[in-house]
Amino acid sequence: MSGVRVLVGTRKGAFVLTADGKRDKWKVDGPFFSGWEIYHVKGSPVDPNRIYASQSSGWFGQQVQRSNDGGKTWEPTGKEFRYDGTPGTHQWYDGTPHPWEFKRVWHFEPGIDNPDHVYAGIEDAAIFESKDGGASWTELPGLRDHRTGPQWSPGAGGMCLHTIVIDPTNAKRLFVAISAAGAFRSDDGGKSWKTITKGLNSKYIPDPTAEVGHCVHRIALHKSRPDVLFMQKHWDVMRSDNAGDQWHEISGNLPTDFGFVIDVHAHEPETVYVVPITSDQEHFPFEGKLRVYRSRTGGNEWEPLTNGLPQKDCYVNVLRDAMAVDSLDDCGVYFGTTGGQVYASANGGDTWAPIVRDLPAVLSVEVQTLK
Amino acid sequence: MIRVELPVGLRVLANLDREVTLEVPPPVTPRAILDALEGRYPVLKGAIRDFITDRRRPLVRFYACRQDLSHEPLDTLLPDAVARGEEPFLVIGAIAGG
Repeated sequence: MSGVRVLVGTRKGAFVLTADGKRDKWKVDGPFFSGWEIYHVKGSPVDPNRIYASQSSGWFGQQVQRSNDGGKTWEPTGKEFRYDGTPGTHQWYDGTPHPWEFKRVWHFEPGIDNPDHVYAGIEDAAIFESKDGGASWTELPGLRDHRTGPQWSPGAGGMCLHTIVIDPTNAKRLFVAISAAGAFRSDDGGKSWKTITKGLNSKYIPDPTAEVGHCVHRIALHKSRPDVLFMQKHWDVMRSDNAGDQWHEISGNLPTDFGFVIDVHAHEPETVYVVPITSDQEHFPFEGKLRVYRSRTGGNEWEPLTNGLPQKDCYVNVLRDAMAVDSLDDCGVYFGTTGGQVYASANGGDTWAPIVRDLPAVLSVEVQTLK
Repeated sequence: MIRVELPVGLRVLANLDREVTLEVPPPVTPRAILDALEGRYPVLKGAIRDFITDRRRPLVRFYACRQDLSHEPLDTLLPDAVARGEEPFLVIGAIAGG
């Protein structure tokens, strides 16, 4: 019997939501790590019972939790993230040089080769790797040592490396996004990196087409076409057809092209989902109506999906890691809000229903499709 | 035996009751207590003081016998009442507003 497991990180703990393939009745387990901020929870594509969770606290720092039984039980694992060598400086808010300082793990990306291999994206921006199931962490310093590194500067949410995407056909190819530095690609397993920002145009930086400084919010791809990337930027929804070497805008008829999440249908590589947010200062849905927009044409032509979503007086946000899809047929789409709702659609977005309504603010949503 | 009270975040982390008791040989100092605490519960390493510098995390406080000892050196001798187990050594999550 197939089923799904939705892994939810919130401001005050983690939750595991499970259902069978019909996805109409849900079991809610949690909170795990009660009271702690859970920035991200993600399972291994190789072994779905292996799950990594980033647990952090302004009081007590960073913890890393690992489960070997699909989230039923957890064990603390390695939590020391030491920059390679002397970290040097990046640019601070006031334009002065500021030393790199570890603050928290934003994102775990388990490897596609074995369940003990996992990447971590951290604040201040850097990428780390573990090959022993999270027991120890080693920086891949080529990214932070990129010649543009001293120019990177934090956005309002901090200088975080929040997105790591692995090419599912080539484990050596990695894409990352950093707020507010931009996007980078490695073709050698993270040793060296190049900026992939050509075509991005950001009016909020002095040179709108600069190599770095773009506030990329999220990147997604479809496993069958890893050279086609979709990006939700601070403003603008973008597409690249050559692994990020060149981008073009696909915002089209969206009511606003600000937002955080973006994802791709599991079976239709030209079907893309975003949740438009009013503006960079107004982090809530446009006109107070919570609408997922779907493009079936790879961008530009978007349709609002509203059935089952609140269409008045809705002022929640949907954060960058808070949308995911399952790979059942029909494709399930899931997202969480800062109001504590996790919505699910079992039919590609045509209709929606809340799985839960009153969790703490949702920071991340990931889905595992269970065979 | 030394008594140590922990804040809820650390109790959740280490799966502990509010108060733990530790064998700490004299001299009884904050460093000696933290060494014993982290030795028994390794998950607490780094959660109260920095891995490398040993510096207290900014939003953690140490109290004992109605005194704030947070800003004292880690090798400061603690009051006799703590060393005798009559009073607990308190690890506090600082008030964070909101």
